[in-house]
Amino acid sequence: MRLRTLLLGAAAAVAITPAALAERGSDGEVKIIYWQAPSTMNPYLSGGTKELEAASLVVEPLARYDQDGNMVPWLAESVPTVDNGGVSSDLTTITWKLREGLLWSDGSPVTSADVVFTWKYCADPAGGCAQSEKYNDVTDVKAVDDLTVTVTFGVPKPFPYGPFVGAQAPIIQAAQFADCLGAKAPECTDANFGPIGTGPFQVTDFRPNDVISLEANPNYRDPAKPAFATVTFKGGGDTASAGRSVLETGEFDYAWNMQLAPDVLGAMESAGKGTVVSAFGTLVERIMINLTNPDPALGDERSTKAHPHPFLSDPAVRQALSMAIDRALLVEIGYGSAGRPSCNVLPAPEIYKSTANDGCLVQDIEGAKALLDGAGWVPGADGIRAKDGVRLSILYQTSTNAVRQDFQALIKQWWSDIGVETELRNIDASVFFGGDPGSPDTFQKFYADVEMYANNFDGTDPEAYMANWECKQAPTPETQWQGNNMPRYCSEEYDALVAKMAQTGKLEDRATLAKAMNDKLMQEYIILPLVDRGRVSAHSNTLGGVIMNVWDSELWNAADWYRTKTQ
Amino acid sequence: MTEVTPDSLAAARPPQSQWRNVWDQFKTHRGAVWGMGFFIFVVLAVTLGPYIWTIDAQYIDIRARNSGPTLAHPLGTDQLGRDTLARVLMGGQVSMAVGITAMLLALVLGAAIGVVAGYFKRLDGPLMRLTDLFLALPLLPLLLVIIMLFRDTLRAAFGPETGIFMLIVFVIGITSWMQTARIVRGDVLALKECEFVIASRSIGTPSRRMILRHILPNVLSPITVSATLGIANAIITESALSFLGLGFPSDFPTWGRLLFDSTDYLQQYPERVLWPGLAISLTVLSVNYIGDGLRDALDPRIRGR
Amino acid sequence: MLNYTIRRLLLAIPTLIAISLIIFLLLDLAPSDPTANLPLTIPPEVREKIRQSLGLGDPIYIRYLLWCKQFFINEPLNILEQWLGWGEGDRLRVLSWQTRSPVVDLIVERTPQTLWVVGMSYVVGVAIALPIGIISAYRQYSWFDQIGTFVSMVGFSVPTFFTGVLVIVIFSVWLGWFPSIYDTTHEVTDWESFLFQVRQMIMPVAVLALFNAAQISRFMRASMLDNLNQDYVRTARAKGLRERTVVLIHVLRNSLIPVVTVIALGVPQIFGGAIITEQVFKVNGLGQLLIISIQGGDLPTVQTLTFIFAVLIIVFNLVADVLYGILDPRIRYD
Repeated sequence: MRLRTLLLGAAAAVAITPAALAERGSDGEVKIIYWQAPSTMNPYLSGGTKELEAASLVVEPLARYDQDGNMVPWLAESVPTVDNGGVSSDLTTITWKLREGLLWSDGSPVTSADVVFTWKYCADPAGGCAQSEKYNDVTDVKAVDDLTVTVTFGVPKPFPYGPFVGAQAPIIQAAQFADCLGAKAPECTDANFGPIGTGPFQVTDFRPNDVISLEANPNYRDPAKPAFATVTFKGGGDTASAGRSVLETGEFDYAWNMQLAPDVLGAMESAGKGTVVSAFGTLVERIMINLTNPDPALGDERSTKAHPHPFLSDPAVRQALSMAIDRALLVEIGYGSAGRPSCNVLPAPEIYKSTANDGCLVQDIEGAKALLDGAGWVPGADGIRAKDGVRLSILYQTSTNAVRQDFQALIKQWWSDIGVETELRNIDASVFFGGDPGSPDTFQKFYADVEMYANNFDGTDPEAYMANWECKQAPTPETQWQGNNMPRYCSEEYDALVAKMAQTGKLEDRATLAKAMNDKLMQEYIILPLVDRGRVSAHSNTLGGVIMNVWDSELWNAADWYRTKTQ
Repeated sequence: MTEVTPDSLAAARPPQSQWRNVWDQFKTHRGAVWGMGFFIFVVLAVTLGPYIWTIDAQYIDIRARNSGPTLAHPLGTDQLGRDTLARVLMGGQVSMAVGITAMLLALVLGAAIGVVAGYFKRLDGPLMRLTDLFLALPLLPLLLVIIMLFRDTLRAAFGPETGIFMLIVFVIGITSWMQTARIVRGDVLALKECEFVIASRSIGTPSRRMILRHILPNVLSPITVSATLGIANAIITESALSFLGLGFPSDFPTWGRLLFDSTDYLQQYPERVLWPGLAISLTVLSVNYIGDGLRDALDPRIRGR
Repeated sequence: MLNYTIRRLLLAIPTLIAISLIIFLLLDLAPSDPTANLPLTIPPEVREKIRQSLGLGDPIYIRYLLWCKQFFINEPLNILEQWLGWGEGDRLRVLSWQTRSPVVDLIVERTPQTLWVVGMSYVVGVAIALPIGIISAYRQYSWFDQIGTFVSMVGFSVPTFFTGVLVIVIFSVWLGWFPSIYDTTHEVTDWESFLFQVRQMIMPVAVLALFNAAQISRFMRASMLDNLNQDYVRTARAKGLRERTVVLIHVLRNSLIPVVTVIALGVPQIFGGAIITEQVFKVNGLGQLLIISIQGGDLPTVQTLTFIFAVLIIVFNLVADVLYGILDPRIRYD
């Protein structure tokens, strides 16, 4: 472990100054490992979490979310609201003011022209911008003066914080990307791999899908930060070995997304070299119920609204399936402290969280049996319930992932306890989540009775997320199976709630609407939420200043990280 | 005995007396007898075992999870409380069946193509270019395409388990014959110029007889090595397939899968990796010794000694 | 033999074009999607736009011809022009969909670590497999042979995903001797840095070499055994040749045909990288590049890598065929 000794040696050499008074670059090197490697540093060309987070060390937005989900000004002076006059009263414009004296890492000043350019870059239809959703409905972005920009929307936006907010929509330098608009975007390899930014670090060497070397940005706005002179950002491998390198061998300082069985992670942590940190956001592992018939005999009309599901269209069956599940045990087996049982598909932020469905926390096998008995589903000779010749036999699909396969096995057993037969299927994630309309195994096509995966939403506003279950969002052959309404749920009442939310500006009213939508989905058992999943990462005990953030990039405050002086 | 010998050989040799000789020679090979004994033991264990050890391999007893060896669970349990012994036995059924059939398919295909390419000069070019093509095809996309095209059809025609079994055997067989083919062809090219072959040809022996009688027996030793390596390869590949969603459902244990699943628990429960690892290694080792014995027994120069 | 070689090389051109077309069709048929790895928060319309920007909207023959043009014409011309200093050499190259950078650059960047680790493991594997195979055959059923058989069978049947983790746990976690993560940016400049390079290579090389050696030594042993009992060996001994000469010159030469075949099949595999071993030790070489490109639906990268792989396969199988003729002059192709 020469490397480690070297590292500790470097840390010990500067041990005289306490952390708070540290100079820029006084703490040597920090080593970060992501078991999925970033493929580019331009977040507009790849929407993957790993790319966003790597890029967040270099490029920054006007405002971002802190660890509690509150919006904090970042490159902007303050967050504009209706109250402080930054947002117009008709909710169609928002005016941002940049901080004074900001410099790019090449020394040139940051101006409103850069902000305008960023919008133009992403809005170019030929560029294939991965974050163009953030700039939805933006009709114009104007530079009022060198430090002020006004964003105009085509429709009233109750929540105008899409553009230039959060790790998904950082500001890029106009001078560097000027020739990279539209179809030319992918050809600017140097710029995409080494964007000039305002963040605490700048790229010195980028090896796609492998390792990124960064150094402290000499023009960073706080002269005392960052404490680290260099960053090595290694990618690749698997979760277990990344965890091992931080928690057991101490070769690395920070490991991202430690999705490991709780006992494995616990054993690694007990080696005493590092700490596991977690925080909860909006990610919910859920079972989606197919309300349409996936029978292969139906040909093109398979899994479409033309044919309702033979037994899952019965609410009693759906409810029984939910009652049979012991969510607390799933958490214990699969996620440990990084999960908690959830009865809502919208588990956070706090004001949106409903308490009306908490009954699901208790497993009730007997209740489920009674419910099925009452609905006329009676056990046959083989123990499987049936009614009118329809057997309760379920094909249960999900993506390949050790925890998900354990969940499948457990749930299969509980369902067999209530007389429901289950066949399991797991599909490679790149096929399951890929939108190839030619493949029968995508989660949109849903050629199965139930499917399990996790989903969440960016930032703190659930409007777009809750609109996922609008009638028109159902994937169909006509839409090339695009759409987010996997259960093919269709309710006029629900659609009305969605429409109403799009026109409501007051936060309390929006919360009431979102909760009503959540409760409707839950009480009709369209979606069976299982686990509210936190983000888990691990950091070495010698790395200080880590604040886990689920609402933005995990590396959002890397400028404040430092080396603790005692081992 | 005969079930492990290529059928082609049985057809070519005069019956009884010679086979008796071979068997006698085989019996004197200690390693081969042990290997044979162990192999039969494994086959019996995985076929009859589940009738004696009746715990369901898929039954989850969550309170007994991660338990070490106890009276109720002689080999302990996994992270969900499923009995390891039952899983190793049931997993063995699939792994042995897939391993042996897929290996045989690859072997027959590889040996046939190799012999034909080596023996008939005109077919050499096209067949070897075909081999090059198969060697160059990227495996993963190929598998994904095969699943997409055939899984649902086979599932409908033969039911989920038989259908998937056929698909797996086919996929492994079709993607692992190339090495055997190249090796056999190389040997045949050299054999073809040997005096006994030329002599035999000069008296007008037809090609078919020539291949079965003179060529095949002389390339048997690389074929037995390929067979041994092929079983190990098929067992491991099968487990890799189930991650792509091509294999058996995830709660269906196989040796390769058990080994993969328990690798994460290597430090906490090392015994869990031991059983499937040992089962695969010892089975392959026993096949290797059977192959050794068989090779010696079929070599008249050794048999005569 | 020269005639034969030239004819085969000429024949390789149409073969390779056919292979590249088949691979392209296969990849296009495969249900992978370049937007599959994006978070679900990115809506379907945006995904569709991304696909269009990658050119997925064009018909397949246009995409294939485009790849051919970029790879067979633009890439060599660019290199040529830069060499000769005629121009910028900035024709459009084959761009990866994942990284949006030229695929050839990615391959060049990753070749060193793959050659260091996978190549070295192959050299080590062959170097230990040949003597083990020869001795095992010469002293059949001796202790040496029995142990060799056992180790190579276990080495082959226990997959590298397990042995890799095992050596990491023992040598990195418990003993702390070697780093568990390979540093691809490390440069060998002096003795110190060379030692570090050796330390970070030991585990992956050992794991892979065991696997390779197991396979090759079995073929070597079997083939030696076949030849040791031949009449010509008896004749050679009767002539009074030294035992060393008999075994190492006569028997070995005649036994090498299957071994040459196996090695020739193995050399292109070096370029293909070792997917699992590279993943376990985070070597991030060509194997890792191939697997993430496949998972990410990065067609141009997979196509280019597989094509180069096909070229190597054809070349090395040709090398093997030529070597047969040298090892056994009776073999004639004409």
